[in-house]
Amino acid sequence: MVSRQGMWRVLTVLLLATLVLSGCQGHDSLNVLDPSGSAGQKQLDLIKWSFFLMCGVFAVVITIFIYVLIRFRKRKGIDVMPEQTHGSNTLEIIWTVIPIILLAVLAVPTVTYTFDLADMPREEDSIKVKVTGYQYWWEFQYEGMNIKTAQELHIPVGKKVHLEIHGKDVLHSFWVPALGGKMDVIPGRVNTMWLDAKKPGVYQGKCAELCGAGHALMDFKVIAEEQADFDKWVAQMQKPAVAQTTSQKEGEKIFMQNCLGCHAGTNPRIIGPDLNKFGTRTTIAGILPHDEQNLKKWLKDPTSVKPGTLMPKIDYLEPKEMDALVDYLMNRK
Amino acid sequence: MAAQTEVKANPNMPNHLETATLDGKNKVLGFWLFLGAETVLFACLFGTYLALRNQTMGGPDGQELFDLKLVAAATAILLTSSLTSVLAMMKMNQLNYKAMQLWLGITVLLGASFLGLEIYEFIHYVHEGHTFMSSAFGSSFYALVGTHGAHVTFGIIWISTLMIQAAKRGITKETAPKLFVSSLYWHFIDVVWVFIFSLVYLLGKVG
Amino acid sequence: MGTLIVLIVFALFITAILTGGYNKEAIEKFKKSKAWDWLTTVDHKKIGIMYFISGFFFFLIGGIEAIFMRMQLIVPHNDLFVGDTFNQLLTMHGTTMIFLAAMPLLFGLMNAVIPLQIGARDVAFPFLNALGFWLFTAGGLLLNLSWIFGGAPDAGWTSYTTLALNDYSPGPGIDYYVLGLQISGIGTLIGGLNFIVTVINMRAPGMTFLRMPMFTWTSFIASALILFAFPALTVGLLLLMFDRLFGANFFDHAMGGSSVIWEHLFWIFGHPEVYIVILPAFGIMSEVISTFSKKRLFGYTSMVFATVVIGFLGFMVWVHHMFTVGLGPWSNSVFAVATMTIAVPTGIKVFNWLFTMWGGQIRFKTAMLFAVGFIPTFVMGGMTGVMLALPPADFQYQDSYFVVAHFHYVLVGGTVMGIFAGAYYWWPKMFGKMLNETLGKIHFWTFLIGFHLTFFPQHFLGLFGMPRRVFTYQANVGLEQLNMLSTIGTIGMVIGTLAFVFNIVITFKKGAKAPADPWDGRTLEWSISSPAPEYNFAQLPLVRGYDAWFMEKQAGNKEMPAAEPLGSIHMPSPSFIPLLMSIGFFVSGFGFVARGDYSMGILGLIIVFIAMFMRSFDQDHGYHIEPHEIEEANKGVKA
Repeated sequence: MVSRQGMWRVLTVLLLATLVLSGCQGHDSLNVLDPSGSAGQKQLDLIKWSFFLMCGVFAVVITIFIYVLIRFRKRKGIDVMPEQTHGSNTLEIIWTVIPIILLAVLAVPTVTYTFDLADMPREEDSIKVKVTGYQYWWEFQYEGMNIKTAQELHIPVGKKVHLEIHGKDVLHSFWVPALGGKMDVIPGRVNTMWLDAKKPGVYQGKCAELCGAGHALMDFKVIAEEQADFDKWVAQMQKPAVAQTTSQKEGEKIFMQNCLGCHAGTNPRIIGPDLNKFGTRTTIAGILPHDEQNLKKWLKDPTSVKPGTLMPKIDYLEPKEMDALVDYLMNRK
Repeated sequence: MAAQTEVKANPNMPNHLETATLDGKNKVLGFWLFLGAETVLFACLFGTYLALRNQTMGGPDGQELFDLKLVAAATAILLTSSLTSVLAMMKMNQLNYKAMQLWLGITVLLGASFLGLEIYEFIHYVHEGHTFMSSAFGSSFYALVGTHGAHVTFGIIWISTLMIQAAKRGITKETAPKLFVSSLYWHFIDVVWVFIFSLVYLLGKVG
Repeated sequence: MGTLIVLIVFALFITAILTGGYNKEAIEKFKKSKAWDWLTTVDHKKIGIMYFISGFFFFLIGGIEAIFMRMQLIVPHNDLFVGDTFNQLLTMHGTTMIFLAAMPLLFGLMNAVIPLQIGARDVAFPFLNALGFWLFTAGGLLLNLSWIFGGAPDAGWTSYTTLALNDYSPGPGIDYYVLGLQISGIGTLIGGLNFIVTVINMRAPGMTFLRMPMFTWTSFIASALILFAFPALTVGLLLLMFDRLFGANFFDHAMGGSSVIWEHLFWIFGHPEVYIVILPAFGIMSEVISTFSKKRLFGYTSMVFATVVIGFLGFMVWVHHMFTVGLGPWSNSVFAVATMTIAVPTGIKVFNWLFTMWGGQIRFKTAMLFAVGFIPTFVMGGMTGVMLALPPADFQYQDSYFVVAHFHYVLVGGTVMGIFAGAYYWWPKMFGKMLNETLGKIHFWTFLIGFHLTFFPQHFLGLFGMPRRVFTYQANVGLEQLNMLSTIGTIGMVIGTLAFVFNIVITFKKGAKAPADPWDGRTLEWSISSPAPEYNFAQLPLVRGYDAWFMEKQAGNKEMPAAEPLGSIHMPSPSFIPLLMSIGFFVSGFGFVARGDYSMGILGLIIVFIAMFMRSFDQDHGYHIEPHEIEEANKGVKA
């Protein structure tokens, strides 16, 4: 029995070690344990702090546990009646008071950080973005910049971003693991949170609240850039996109006839994302790589890419028309 | 005083007929616990109503709708029915069958007239454009007051059923606990109404 | 049309029942059959067995759903079950495991054991007890019929609005959820109420509150939690039903409603629910650890106190499921601290278990193995529980696989292991046969290893950014190996469960007959034969202390001292009304799901009311078992 118990414990330790060593360490664009933002850093601090405290408790329990199991197991041929103790008040007080102290110690940073994270940055040193969650995509509106985009949130490095989170249909939850998370999207309610990125990079965002068939694919990206690059992006976004070639102009016509009902940026009852600067994006539908092949795939059968999406099939266009439409969209920069 | 002489005249009958047997005791305790659960149920409905009562979506609000005179009359009727229910239980423990049936009958009649007033009130509201579907305020109002009304309806049917049973079998160790818990139920409905009166109607009038 | 058929069938059914049927002989024969005996029984031991079996059946269904999900997640971009199908699986897995597996399995053990532990002949409300069981079954069947008729619910076991409203879930799935849970919830409420009254009113002479076995205590507190938590669910489901079926606007923000109200109502119920399923498991662990260590439970009074405190605090912490709703830092802080407080009484329990074993003579029977395996597993679940209680950290964990790992450590590592321990421990008392120990040990080891392999990696999946309830994940972001490992781990749990099934089958076929007291038990249930006779105790026992049976054995007594002379024993009569009433509820639920003009729904309610009247006017005084019959039965056992 001892050897089997022991073996099990060795196995557990081995499993732990393999997990850590085998490169299962997450990816820097999606990892809570390797944050690139100060909100995520605070959260990680608290995670670590509570984890080590709990490990201490676990160590105490497991030590007593192993000792008891080995020392007090019934041995063959020995049949004594153990002493029927009622308990010990001293021990009871010890294991009541010590946990209370530990938890009190843990409560202090918890409450501090809770208030820190709820403390919104001042207007002058932050930018403000209105985030709206839809089934199954995200819209970002930059306050005071006249920019509206979808699926990709560009932010300047080192600046706090004040997010105002709105909902239109069902609940979603806005989560960027590597920067800090998370806040629920609730229709009829405005939530706020802030994020920042300490270094440039692409950080993946996820919807964390079950929102329907396409929930797993409701991804977005946070693209953190140096201030200069960000300014360049802002300038580009503010410049209207104009169709250049005949093919693009043809595509524009098709777009006007087929897509504008849902994808008009000015429509107050928005159904689909604004496609004004579609050419600058890096993904299609938030998940596929941004190229013409994938755009066609998406247009022809959207639900095969993202189950439950409201986007209808555009499978009735002639190949030439499709090419023109794709050409137009990919060049809206 | 009359009660004691009555009981002395029946030395075989215990003072509290409803808890004379183990079954009776179980029934009474179980029913108290059930009322605990009902309290949570109504608390949740009250909470929902209080959270949504200002969401009238442009429809009439409580201040415009509620007619305190009517509601006060309904309140008085229901409170009186609680009193008659107590009297019925006193008569039951005195083994005074006829008086008990009389008071139970009055209780049922008062309950029915309360229900009549409530139905009249609801019809009036619907004409004013305050319906179950018109707004969150409407939904939560009818859910709360309507659930109470459903309890009153159930209570009326229940007490009537027990009156029939008492008529068939008389006041026994078996019918007494049933009658007693139905009266507990009736008091509970009454208490809930007091809360509805203050938290829905009075608060609604204040705004 | 369907309505009409149902109407005719049930009209026939009712006339048949009321008139005794057209074929008296067949009816008589049926009434004497075993099936009728079980369908109409009000015996808590039989009801316990039925709870256990149907709970285990649903456990297997829920398990299959889980395996399907893990199969889909074994590699990224898999297309085995995607979109709505996967959402149906995850919803039904959660709902089934919580409401239709964990609770009835525990109710099974509670029914089988509690009256015996407190020295009672019966529960307080045998009729209601049967009704509770049949309502649970009716609700469970209704919920699972959704797979066949119209599609299963797919908005998660929490069924958050507005996703669960008509606009976003147009099919009947959520209606099945609402009505199925409502019906089985009423059953559970009735069951809980029955246990509270049983414990308060039915204890044997001398069985004071502070002499009650721990399992009775924890079940008692869990029943109180049921009583005060389930009405919140009832209201939530009622309002959701109004919104979906009758055009109300509780949760629709466009009409002034608020989906946050659903979250509050759900978690006011939902958090106590967690303690409802874990407290009885704590009780089982206390019994098993004490018995197999041959020691009195260490710090019994503080264990009782800790149970009460956990039950109380269970109602104070529901907002920790809602830290990311945006209720503000004050609310989050208060509920965070309240949540952390629960760790204290739970810690008290863990240390008391350890010190119960300290100085004992530990025998590693299967039941004990599960109890021993439970301690570190549950402590790990508790550790992550404290970590989750911190709102800033929870902003990262919330709705990620970290949460999935946490609650499986608590619910599988705690509740399921507790149920297995209880099953091996009380099987002899429930069925009169001993489960096979070798198969039991295979069950334990494969299940435990499989469990850790499945769920330990999920902590890291969450921290590496994998949200829960997703049907797929990206490749190349560090999630593949751990997901693969997690799926492989399920094999262990499957083998373990199959070993248990196999064990049950061979035990029924040729298991060893169980002695009255196979484990050298300490509590009253071991002082009577296995399985317990119909009337439990020929004479009510006189209880002279905690661990009453053990005390008497130590004093050299072969039997419990009797508190009354041998006499005629009153038994309640069987009744088909609980079954009839549940059929009424089932028909009604199905009718409301079918919508239309609700005629079938109303018909079902009429059946319910008819059954209620029948019960109210039913003048059945039960029957008596006479002393000579008891003596003959006893002789039979001895010979």
